[in-house]
Amino acid sequence: MIRFDAVSKKFPDGTLAVADFSLTIPSRTTTVLVGSSGSGKTTLLRMINRMVDPTSGSISIDGDDISTLEPVKLRRRIGYVMQNSGLLPHRTVADNIATVPLLSGVKRAQARAEALTLMDTVGLDRALADRYPSQLSGGQQQRVGVARGLAIDPNILLMDEPFGAVDPLVRSELQQELVRIQKDLAKTIVFVTHDIDEAFLLGDQVVLLRTGGQIAQVGSPAEILADPADDFVNTFIGADRGRRALRIEEVSGRQVVVDGTGRLAGILNEGTHT
Amino acid sequence: MTWVLANIGQIGDLTLDHVLLSIPPILLGFLLAVPIGWLAHRYRVSRGVLLTVCGLLYTIPSLALIVAMPTVLGTRILNPANLIVTLTIYAVALMVRTATDAFDAVSGDVTQSATAVGFGAWRRFWQVQLPLAGPVLLAGLRVVSTSTVSLVTLGALVGMSGLGYFFTNGYQRNFATEILVGIIGTILIAVVFDVLLVLAGRILLPWARVDAAARRNARTARTKAVAA
Repeated sequence: MIRFDAVSKKFPDGTLAVADFSLTIPSRTTTVLVGSSGSGKTTLLRMINRMVDPTSGSISIDGDDISTLEPVKLRRRIGYVMQNSGLLPHRTVADNIATVPLLSGVKRAQARAEALTLMDTVGLDRALADRYPSQLSGGQQQRVGVARGLAIDPNILLMDEPFGAVDPLVRSELQQELVRIQKDLAKTIVFVTHDIDEAFLLGDQVVLLRTGGQIAQVGSPAEILADPADDFVNTFIGADRGRRALRIEEVSGRQVVVDGTGRLAGILNEGTHT
Repeated sequence: MTWVLANIGQIGDLTLDHVLLSIPPILLGFLLAVPIGWLAHRYRVSRGVLLTVCGLLYTIPSLALIVAMPTVLGTRILNPANLIVTLTIYAVALMVRTATDAFDAVSGDVTQSATAVGFGAWRRFWQVQLPLAGPVLLAGLRVVSTSTVSLVTLGALVGMSGLGYFFTNGYQRNFATEILVGIIGTILIAVVFDVLLVLAGRILLPWARVDAAARRNARTARTKAVAA
C-alpha cells in the first residue's frame, strides 16, 4: 500500500506542481493517474521512488515513511518504465533487462537466464537478446522497458506514459499485454497517462487530476462513468460530447450500439459474454 | 632513397623516440580533460571559467612554453618532461571542450532512467555517462593524437629527439630528402595512431556503429517517406 499524506511540491522556479495531495494506493491493483499536462501526475509518480522529494507532507510504502529510506536502494526495489523506454543504448537487450539485478549483485549468468525468461513474459523473441535497443522497433523497445521494470520481481511498478510514443495499433497490443501480465503477477502498478481510454482500460482505481495535482475524482472506471463528480470530469471523460452515452439502434436486423454523436461503437451481442 | 637506406638505423631510433614522446601527452591530456570536461558539463558556473581558461591555454605560443618549462618545472633543459608537459597542456586545451560536448550529448532521458532504476552517482558515471560519451570522446582523442604527433617535431628546436630532428638538420644542410623523410615519418605515425584509436573504438564501443546505422536508416526512411 502506498499512501500520500498531504503532499505538496513547489519547484525552485516557483511552480506549485502538487498542492496538499492525499491518496491511498491499494496493493496488488493498478492505479492510474490521469490528467492533462501540468496536472502534476508525473511529479506524483516520481515522488514514489524519490526522484522528486516533496516540499511538505509524507509518502509511505507499507507503513514506512520513504523519506527515511535511502533513495538508490528504494529505486532498486521499485520497477520503473518510462516513455521512450529509457533503455541504455550501449547495452544489449538482455543486459538492459538485467540492469537492476546486476546492480544489486546478482551473478551475470543467473541475471541473463532470468532476463531470457522475462523476454518470454513480455512477448519478446529470445533471438533479440543480443541486439542493441536501436535495432528494435518502438513497440519492442517498450516491451524491453517493461521487462526491465519487472526484473527484480518488485512489488511496485511505476509506469510513466509507457505507451505514449508508439503508434495506436502497437499501443493497444501493449495495453492488452499489460492487462495479461498484471492478471498473472498482480503487482501494485501506478500508471500515469493523459489518455482517459487507457486509464479506463488498465485502471482498477482511476485518479482524475486537475492542474496542480488537485483530485477531481477517484474511483473505479465504472463509478466515474456512472457518476461523474462535476463538469470537469464530464468533459475529461468525454461524456459532455456524448461519447459515453451509448444507445442501441437497429440496422439491417441487428442491434448496433452508437454513441451520442451517432458514431458506431459496436454490435450488441445479447446474452453471450466474450 | 640511398640516404634512407644508409640512415635506416637513425630513422628507426628517431621514430621510436617520436612515438615514445607522443604517447604520454596524449594519454595524460585525455585523462585530465575527461574529469575537467565532466565538471564543466555538470556545473554551470564552472563551465564558462573552465572552457575559457582551456581556450586561452591554446593561445600560448608553443615554442615559448617549451622554453619556459625548465624554469617552471625546475627541470634541466634537455629533460623530455619539458616537452611532455607542454604537449599535455595543449592536449588538455584541445580536449576539454570536446569532453564537455561529449557529456552534454548523452541523452538526458537515459541518465534520468538510469537514476530511476537505481544507479548511484558513481556507477552512473562509469557505467552510463562515460561509455555513452565514448564516441564523441574518441573523436576528440583522434584530433589530439594527430596534433600531438605533429607537435612533437617542435622538440627538435630545443634539442629533443624525434623526427623533428630531420627538419632542423635537413634545413641546415639544405637537404630536401631528409626533411621529406621527417614529414612522411610523422604522418605515418599519426596515421598508425589514428587507425589504432579507431580499432580500439570498434572494440570498446561496439554499439556505437549499430546506433549510427540505425539513425542513418531512420533518416533514409524519413527522406523516402517525404519523397513518396
